[in-house]
Amino acid sequence: MNDMTPITTTLKDWESDQEVRWCPGCGDYAILKAVQRTLPMIGADPKNTVFVSGIGCSSRFPYYVESYGFHTIHGRAPAFATGIKLANPELDVWLVTGDGDGMSIGGNHTMHVLRRNLNCQIMLFNNEIYGLTKGQYSPTSRTGTNSPTSPIGSVDRPALPCAFALGSGARFVARGYDVSKDLPEVLKAAYEHQGAAFIEIFQNCIVYNKDRFDDFTAKPVAADTQLWCRDGEPLLFAKGTKGLALDCDALTLKVVDVVDGNWQAAGVAVHNVRNRGLAHMLVEMPFGPFPMALGVIYDDPRPTFESAVVEERARLIAGKTADLGKLLAKGQTWTVEDKHAAHGLMD
Amino acid sequence: MATITAEHEIEASAHDASPEAVVVRFAGDSGDGMQLTGGQFTLSTALAGNDLATFPDFPAEIRAPQGTLFGVSAFQINFGSSEITTAGDAPDVLVAMNPAALKTNVPALKPGGLVIADTGEFNKRNLEKAKYETNPLEDGSLAKWDVLAFDISALTLEAVKPFGLGNKEALRCKNMWTLGLALWMFDRDRQPLIDWLNAKFAKNKVLADANIAALNAGHAYGETAELAGPLRKLHVDPVPSAPGLYRTITGAEAVSLGLVAGAQLADLPMFFGGYPITPASAILHNLVKMKEFGVTTFQAEDEIAAICAAIGASYAGQLGVTSSSGPGIALKGEAMGLAIMTELPLVIVNSQRGGPSTGLPTKTEQSDLYQAIYGRNGDAPLPVIAACSPGDAFECAIEACRIAVQFMTPVMLLTDGYIGNASEPWKVPDPAAYAPFPKSFLEETNNPGGKVLPFKRDSLGVRPWIKPGTPGLMHRIGGIEKGIDTGDIDYSPQVHQAQTDARKAKVDGVAKAIPAQEVCLGNQTGKLAVVGWGSTYGPIHQAVRRARRKGRDVSHIHVRHVWPMPANMGELLKGFDKVLVPEMNTGQFKTVLRDQFLVDARPLTKTSGQPFTIAEIEAAIEGMLG
Repeated sequence: MNDMTPITTTLKDWESDQEVRWCPGCGDYAILKAVQRTLPMIGADPKNTVFVSGIGCSSRFPYYVESYGFHTIHGRAPAFATGIKLANPELDVWLVTGDGDGMSIGGNHTMHVLRRNLNCQIMLFNNEIYGLTKGQYSPTSRTGTNSPTSPIGSVDRPALPCAFALGSGARFVARGYDVSKDLPEVLKAAYEHQGAAFIEIFQNCIVYNKDRFDDFTAKPVAADTQLWCRDGEPLLFAKGTKGLALDCDALTLKVVDVVDGNWQAAGVAVHNVRNRGLAHMLVEMPFGPFPMALGVIYDDPRPTFESAVVEERARLIAGKTADLGKLLAKGQTWTVEDKHAAHGLMD
Repeated sequence: MATITAEHEIEASAHDASPEAVVVRFAGDSGDGMQLTGGQFTLSTALAGNDLATFPDFPAEIRAPQGTLFGVSAFQINFGSSEITTAGDAPDVLVAMNPAALKTNVPALKPGGLVIADTGEFNKRNLEKAKYETNPLEDGSLAKWDVLAFDISALTLEAVKPFGLGNKEALRCKNMWTLGLALWMFDRDRQPLIDWLNAKFAKNKVLADANIAALNAGHAYGETAELAGPLRKLHVDPVPSAPGLYRTITGAEAVSLGLVAGAQLADLPMFFGGYPITPASAILHNLVKMKEFGVTTFQAEDEIAAICAAIGASYAGQLGVTSSSGPGIALKGEAMGLAIMTELPLVIVNSQRGGPSTGLPTKTEQSDLYQAIYGRNGDAPLPVIAACSPGDAFECAIEACRIAVQFMTPVMLLTDGYIGNASEPWKVPDPAAYAPFPKSFLEETNNPGGKVLPFKRDSLGVRPWIKPGTPGLMHRIGGIEKGIDTGDIDYSPQVHQAQTDARKAKVDGVAKAIPAQEVCLGNQTGKLAVVGWGSTYGPIHQAVRRARRKGRDVSHIHVRHVWPMPANMGELLKGFDKVLVPEMNTGQFKTVLRDQFLVDARPLTKTSGQPFTIAEIEAAIEGMLG
């Protein structure tokens, strides 16, 4: 993100000496490895890298990365990140949050960090459950989820993190999942995006919501159900036998069959990461009739918050000098010369 | 020079022709510009060399319906030729711009005091709104006061006629007309006001001229009107004060300047995270204009984000500051705990207002003391400092910055709505007179051969400050209990015991790094100590002074460092037979004193949203000394 000389590191350099305390088989392990693989790839510098998290299973993440890290309070990581980045814009700031942390208790901060466009990467680990508190349904849980607080199935309708992000004004929205080999590529694109980059990472909570995403992550079905969005390439899936086309009457996407690889004939749309309308359709299309859109769905940078703050400040202080004595004596003043007050108007 | 005789029961000494102090209250609709009028009268009074104290008292609504009782906005100023420490008890003069203003304010007027009323506003409609059945100016109900009623509205319209303003705009000059009259009454110079109006309306010469004409007309009215009776010129002699440069200052201004000065003395950039809330917003408004001093301001999405961003900035090496009022402070509680746990410097300003919940947003109270000292989950100690006056808020803000960086701790600074809004003359300090307290960051490992120890404490129990970006010192911090020195997650029993003890010992140790508690008036030992904190300073001081003049053995102790208290506090209190604690809550500091020192501290409490009057405290002193 910053114009710093890329430095050479290996995956090992990004492993801290802390014992990782996630449940055996938790999807977080795979995400941690993907991040530790990405950091050398992008030339990140451990001393200038800060991982900031809230509370939840995912938020233990910073302890395991050999960089600077701040494990904060529930839902508030975006606010801490904002202070860190405004205080030192040179730092690479990564946020680690979850569906409870980022969409529920911290939903407000997620919205505002996105709309302000703070230059940072926001990894939202979505496992559709509260793990650390032992399995209650979360704001992304599908209706009907059985949990200790919803014994006959939850009645809430779930939030869509990527749709929420776009609605909040995010300029970069991507999706991946824990064990995906392509996750580092997605993270790299997020890192290269100037501004708030929102990445929803589907993560398998093997204790409380095991295999919840199997319907598109399990090997036998993956190819038929995953659609990887790549800028400038047709929106194809199922090994190129199906694609997404625009239904011009309904103004929605539709699934079309592609015969002999002739996607043009089938009217398959070409992905454009700067097309906000397309991004909305891709993140909101219902899974089942449609595939799961993954990869970089939207990427259209705008000036960052911290650059705007720096600029505003420069304009405000132009021509001013920091003279504390003068500041204290500002406004109308008078001088008391002797025992009695005498007028002496000054500015 | 015209003088006043003691016809109005002012505090005139028998020997002086001029009164020692006069209390004037301006009251009108919240849209009548009463705060502006009061503010300008304050300035002219300060320029005349009088000491003064003010008390703005306005409704929570921005523009409450016109003419209503709850829409009355008032501004009281006490000025005189001796040291003034309160806004005064009962006013000597009440300027009432409408019936509602009269109704809500006249009960406070001293017997024999003067009412100036605008008859133009005493029409049927306004009388009904103020729930008057008959016109009080005519029905004899104001007999115990002198009443001067004339049609200020018509006189103003006449004065600004040449400028061709619309009726509504013309009537808005009424406050300047009234101010002109007040300036004449108290022999004040008009020129600074004329300069101010010219500057304020620099872009609209007609408005400037109209307002100046109204001001002059009001002044001329006093000068020339053949008014018998009460309207006569009052002159209040200047108070002798220490030589130097002076200005008027409100508490909110003083806090802002003190924070800037504190950050400069610490040689740190300042990061201020705020969220709009009455009466704390003024600090954010002020700091936005001081960015050349390395100040970054951030208007957050909520109170929680405001403090979290400030903590983030502190983590990254700046001096994080946040400010709010009680309800917002409540929201910040969890984040304060994190700053305590991660041992990062932070200043939290609480401009207290009446509570609980939304309570009295624009009124004053001292009821957040428990919240400041105890109001967090877990054993979460932090130092608490309370400003006692607008000017003192400057010193306290510097002190808060000093303790925050020296002890790597959040510090809470308490002011209140009264201190925040009131103004007083302030001797402009010389920045060079303050000792700098620069803080150094850890740049190289404190554990050669091993990994950096971010929680290794020094002799004061303070951990090093390590900025992200520092090569080789990468480490992780967080809210989970941590191992000794290493900061690694560790919540084993002995570690939590040791770290809880260490955090407490560090904050307790602040007591040794602050000045000893002094007695600000009276003897070091005696029959009665009146112990106060915060904005009760003025009335306590005057009440103790008066009691001492009567020969009472009473002393005034005013506590700035309310947590931890200075090391000598317990001994000092033991030197008095009795302890009286006046405070604008139900007795919070009294309880803290009892708990800390096992003294039989007695409460004097008030929670009406109004400051104590001197008389109330005097009566309590008499009661205690019986």
